[in-house]
Amino acid sequence: MSTLAPNFAVKDPRARDAGGGSPPTFGGGGNGNGGGGNGAFDYGERLRRARLGLVLGLTAVIMLFVGFTSALLVRKGLPSFDAQTNTYSRDWVAINLPWALLLVNTVVLLLSSVTMEFARRAIARQAALAPVKSIPGVSLGEERGFPWLGSTVILGLGFIAGQLLVWRILHEHRFFVNTGPSSSFAYLLFATHAVHLAGGVIALIYAAAASWLLHKPVEAQRIVIDIAAWYWHFMALLWVYILVLLMIVR
Amino acid sequence: MAGRTGGGETIMATSEVVHAHAAPQGFIRKYVFSLDHKVIGIQYFFLALTAVWVGMFLSLLMRIHLIWPNANLPIVGHLQPETYLSLLTMHGTIMVFFVLTTAPQGGFGNYFLPIQIGAPDMAFPVLNMLSFWTTFVAFVLLIAAFFVTGGAPLHGWTGYPPLSAVQSTGPGEGLGADLWITSIAIFCAASLMGALNFITTTLDLRAKGMTLMRMPLTVWSWFITAILGLLAFGVLLSAGILLLMDRNLGTSFFLPVIVVNGQLMGHKGGSPLLWQHLFWFFGHPEVYIAILPGMGVASQVLSSFSRKPIFGYRAMVYAMLAIGFLGFMVWGHHMFMSGMSPYSAFAFSLLTMAIGVPSAIKTFNWLGTLYKGRIRFYTPMLFAIGFVSLFVSGGLSGPFLAQPTLDIPLHDTYFVVGHFHLIMGVAAIFGIFAATYYWFPKMFGRMMNEGLGKAHFWLTFIGTYAIFMPMHYLGMAGHPRRYSQLTEVAYLHPLIPLQTFMTYAAFITIGAQFIFVINLFWSMFKGPKAADNPWDATTVEWTTSTPPPHDNFGGHTPVVNNGPYEYGVPGAARDFVMQTDPKLGATH
Repeated sequence: MSTLAPNFAVKDPRARDAGGGSPPTFGGGGNGNGGGGNGAFDYGERLRRARLGLVLGLTAVIMLFVGFTSALLVRKGLPSFDAQTNTYSRDWVAINLPWALLLVNTVVLLLSSVTMEFARRAIARQAALAPVKSIPGVSLGEERGFPWLGSTVILGLGFIAGQLLVWRILHEHRFFVNTGPSSSFAYLLFATHAVHLAGGVIALIYAAAASWLLHKPVEAQRIVIDIAAWYWHFMALLWVYILVLLMIVR
Repeated sequence: MAGRTGGGETIMATSEVVHAHAAPQGFIRKYVFSLDHKVIGIQYFFLALTAVWVGMFLSLLMRIHLIWPNANLPIVGHLQPETYLSLLTMHGTIMVFFVLTTAPQGGFGNYFLPIQIGAPDMAFPVLNMLSFWTTFVAFVLLIAAFFVTGGAPLHGWTGYPPLSAVQSTGPGEGLGADLWITSIAIFCAASLMGALNFITTTLDLRAKGMTLMRMPLTVWSWFITAILGLLAFGVLLSAGILLLMDRNLGTSFFLPVIVVNGQLMGHKGGSPLLWQHLFWFFGHPEVYIAILPGMGVASQVLSSFSRKPIFGYRAMVYAMLAIGFLGFMVWGHHMFMSGMSPYSAFAFSLLTMAIGVPSAIKTFNWLGTLYKGRIRFYTPMLFAIGFVSLFVSGGLSGPFLAQPTLDIPLHDTYFVVGHFHLIMGVAAIFGIFAATYYWFPKMFGRMMNEGLGKAHFWLTFIGTYAIFMPMHYLGMAGHPRRYSQLTEVAYLHPLIPLQTFMTYAAFITIGAQFIFVINLFWSMFKGPKAADNPWDATTVEWTTSTPPPHDNFGGHTPVVNNGPYEYGVPGAARDFVMQTDPKLGATH
């Protein structure tokens, strides 16, 4: 973004260079802002800050799944007391997951990650070109790109629908949440992942709504979409992890 | 936060400037759903103040019941044993989560972390607001447990299954327990939002010149506390979800084959110990989440009022990091009685005792700061010294309990109750009091009354020792904890006078808290006006006006040139050099 920023004055203060040493962004004779601070219009800085926040948020999500994973590993190894025979036995029954459907869902989710990445790159390019477009008399022509964001939302919803189908199949095979520890964990992991992914879908719809309804500047949109994209990629990675975990411990 | 009213890019830009300069004018946006970290900090503070009175009232009921088990009390009537357990559960939960976690971090951390690092606000103001209101919802849900059928849960603040995992184990274990777990889960989400915000703010919003090693120790303590919260609350959340599933969906994560009230439950194969591991993986860092901010405030106040730089600043920082790091590896010491392998117990024991090293470093550094200081005995200083005293008294019983051979007889006795109340409860509360008396002038623009403050300190200091020191003796004499009525147990008869003494001490100590509240509210409106820097302190919050403007520095961004505790500087015009003053000479 900063590489394309012009050196001459532009109408909109947002278009200033994102790099260090920018003039004070609001009145009162501030001292520049070396260490990172209140540059309200400094989108480069805001993007970095939001990414840092995202990394920390994902750390919390990782700890949630660390909790689940350790519970799963411990629970799988636990013997269960059988009152009738007065002996201990393991009650872990291998669950018969619909692997073919899960594979299709995985492909859909990974595909959505790819479309999301294209959406992220497209908006990053638009944000970089925004200052140039604001120069009077300069036109880059109307761009009509592929609706990557919409595709991602549809693929994401498709994934969640596919997961609901997995639930139905499990129900039909009489694997309920309380059938045994293996099915309990499968439902738990699927549901927790789906809830997190739904959060991503909501973030994407918010990003789209914000751009259409609130006319947010493209740089602000870019931050939302960038964060949503990295979150989305993480969700895809998390899904692969869950699938591999369930494959190993089944 | 900005551009919400939208309508074009220019409006977007204008509204951001407005956020940077002036507070929103509407009552709702200014005081209720405010994005200003200072307002949110005060909201957290008053939430914790409300919670602490509820928690204290419950403890008083328990103390009365312990010595007069047949008394007919107003409001609650004759206490049943299960009601006693409900009081115990709610007292612990309210105090740990909504007081000790909320006030030091959410309250003072929110208010002063951005100002101390020279930032105009938190990194994510909307998230900050959400974090407070989510905490508020969690508190309302928890209190609601008192009023549902069956009342509040019985399972203690640690929520051990099977008691907590089966609906029919007791009167409070139905809806009350579900509300309890839901409240804790929501609190986890709120704390995670807060932690994320604190870490990002500290890393990304520091003013020019505010290097990590120039940050006040308060900022370090909030920062490390946030890291602990980020790593710990997610695990508690996972445990809470599993527990809710066991209770409501018939799963068996924590439940083995179990018979409740003569009825065989449908569970099998789960392990109550699994909950204990997950819970204490959170629970032990939680102890440091409560106490670390107190350490930060004590360091800040001791240095300010001794007119000396803090002794061993770097050692203080590394000690806090070490305590935070080790805190994640010692959860097993809460479970020595669980039948764990002696080898595991040995490892947990060794690691626990290792925490004594950074704790001792901190204690000796505090004493080193006081040594030959020109001490000003204002109320914040008294509470900071009280903090050190309680930290030592409460901390020394830690190495006792860290040894499995000693823990086995002392576990589940009043010795443990005395230990954790002194170190985690009262010491942390003294940190909160020190912070309140120290920062009140900056927050509310007026000074608190010194006479009332000192009276409050001495009554509380002597009172809390009088309540909690005898508990160690009770524990060593074999008095078990958690029982509602032991006045009729023959071998405990000689201990009744001691229990009676502790209850009277509790009356007096709780009475003394009225002095604090009167002082707080009276000073808020009638106290003498405070100067910008009434304590001659050095950190950045004392450079801005009192109370600080909406954007903290009135459109300026401070530039930091000095360390946080430059007191008693030779050759300086005053006996202190503020962080924003011109850089000290190379000779210093």
